Amino acid sequence: MIGQSPLRTFIAHAVLILGILIVAFPIYYTFVASTHTLQTILRPPLPLLPGGQLWNNYSEALFGGIGRIGGVSVGQLLLNTTIMALGVAVGKICISILSAYAIVFFRFPLRMTFFWLIFITLMLPVEVRILPTYKVMVDLGMIDTYAGLIIPLIASATATLLFRQFFMTIPGELLEAARVDGAGPWRFFFDILLPLSRTNIAALFVILFIYGWTQYLWPLLVTNSNDMNTIVIALRKMVSFADADTEWHLVMVTAMLAIVPPILVVVLMQRWFVRGLVESEK
Amino acid sequence: MATVDLKDVKKVYPSGVEAVKGVSIAIPDKELCVLVGPSGCGKSTLLRMIAGLETISAGTVAIDGKVVNAIGPTERDIAMVFQNYALYPHMKVYDNMAYGLRNRGTPKDEIDSRVRSTAKVLELSALLDRRPRELSGGQRQRVAMGRAIVRNPKVFLFDEPLSNLDAKLRGQMRVEIKNLQRTLGVTSVYVTHDQLEAMTLADILVVMNAGLVEQTGAPLDVYEKPASIFVASFIGAPPMNLLPLTGSSSGPMLADGTAIGFAARETQAVTLGFRPEDADVTFNAEALPGALVLPAAVEAVEPVGAESFLHCVAAGSRIIVRVSGRATAKPGDQLRVVAKAEKLHWFDQAGKRVD
Repeated sequence: MIGQSPLRTFIAHAVLILGILIVAFPIYYTFVASTHTLQTILRPPLPLLPGGQLWNNYSEALFGGIGRIGGVSVGQLLLNTTIMALGVAVGKICISILSAYAIVFFRFPLRMTFFWLIFITLMLPVEVRILPTYKVMVDLGMIDTYAGLIIPLIASATATLLFRQFFMTIPGELLEAARVDGAGPWRFFFDILLPLSRTNIAALFVILFIYGWTQYLWPLLVTNSNDMNTIVIALRKMVSFADADTEWHLVMVTAMLAIVPPILVVVLMQRWFVRGLVESEK
Repeated sequence: MATVDLKDVKKVYPSGVEAVKGVSIAIPDKELCVLVGPSGCGKSTLLRMIAGLETISAGTVAIDGKVVNAIGPTERDIAMVFQNYALYPHMKVYDNMAYGLRNRGTPKDEIDSRVRSTAKVLELSALLDRRPRELSGGQRQRVAMGRAIVRNPKVFLFDEPLSNLDAKLRGQMRVEIKNLQRTLGVTSVYVTHDQLEAMTLADILVVMNAGLVEQTGAPLDVYEKPASIFVASFIGAPPMNLLPLTGSSSGPMLADGTAIGFAARETQAVTLGFRPEDADVTFNAEALPGALVLPAAVEAVEPVGAESFLHCVAAGSRIIVRVSGRATAKPGDQLRVVAKAEKLHWFDQAGKRVD
């Protein structure tokens, strides 16, 4: 072990604590601002301690509706964003695990062609294909729908490749044992492959949920009405150029609330994820 | 319950590699057939073709008289024990054993009684709630066996099932497999590269080399009358001593010019062989008519306990002689190796046995 001397321990801790402070302070300051009245926020300096408006501000934002975005409540925004993030994460996992299953375990004509086609899409980010995608969504009448928010983001080359790599580490004997045991392709997938992929699925779910949660460009294009906005878009719409126009206390509340679900997902899934890591062994 | 008949079975991979070049074996009901050979001889491929895990390029595989070339592993009603056991890592021992039965739609209470009785036979009853990673190598091996037995299939297929166990456990499991197979009376095919396993387990021994069958027969018949130099050197440990012969006007003689000392029966023989245990050593110089007598120099002595192996150089070749108990010879000694004429094996130019 290195770092046994007290001085080294002290330095290591000092650096870590400093890092945490730098990362945590803005979040703390946002929280402080979310507990003051608009007047207090607009009159600098902003106090460093939480004020007494916590309950008022949060209930106003969650249940009251915010004027600058057409009176939509933050509750509705959270619901929209959750549906979108869950849809993207679950959809991506379903599509990519099935594609990887086909590519790894089945022999069919043009197998490698399909693999490369999926691989090539890695090189095309959403931004590059956004205009044609938008046109397709308009033609299909999917503007301002959850389907329109979710479906274009579902195809995922990264997750497919990740599952492919994992499936290739599964010993061929396991597949053969299952075949001798009378398991067809679906049985093998559900009884053997899926349980073995738990940890990968958990890890991917965390990453993809946050990916879906923080999407900006696509929701901005595909939603027009205020009650279909995601929280990130709404947050931007709430901020006006003129300070006096902006309900800063509500912006701060929304920002705080926007952080909570991703943190929950990470914390809850991490437990599960670690348990999965400890349990699984090949 | 079932016979297994292979007729001129061939396997050609798309790359053009011919792994199995035409093999015919008939395995009678309830017998254990061991396929033995060096790695790459096609024995595992052959087993996998019987299992239905590899397609058959030519020839037919019949189980219980019915050609199964076109049907999958499930419908062939076989059970297989894999080298790495291939237990389902996320399932408990119970579920590992029950999985095949569930897939076949066996009623729940019947599955339960079969799994429990099989577990009892294999002494796994206390382990049914464990997962494979919580088991030792030997226990995993038993679970793999249990998974095969519980299905009560027509044929058992074993793909080097003992090669991941340590030597002691291997000996123990070998006896258990043999006993189980005999009690259950299930026709079995067993692949191994270990000639000792092959000799002790087999009812029928099939020695394979380079995609072809070198010899088929009862293990002791194969041991006593190896059909070729390959079989002679593969079966038996240590392997048979082989001495090249050269022809001369007075009959064949050893490579260094030593006369054999008696009339060789076979003039076309170019190789002479004898097993380490069929020879003895002597320090005396008396004439021994009717025996092969080779002056030899001892290079090394390997005491194994009940027996000792003398590594000698005779007639320009290295040979091994087994003597029982402690060896009196020491490295550097000059002595004579004596082998009885009726214990000698003769092989022709093609490496085939001549009698």
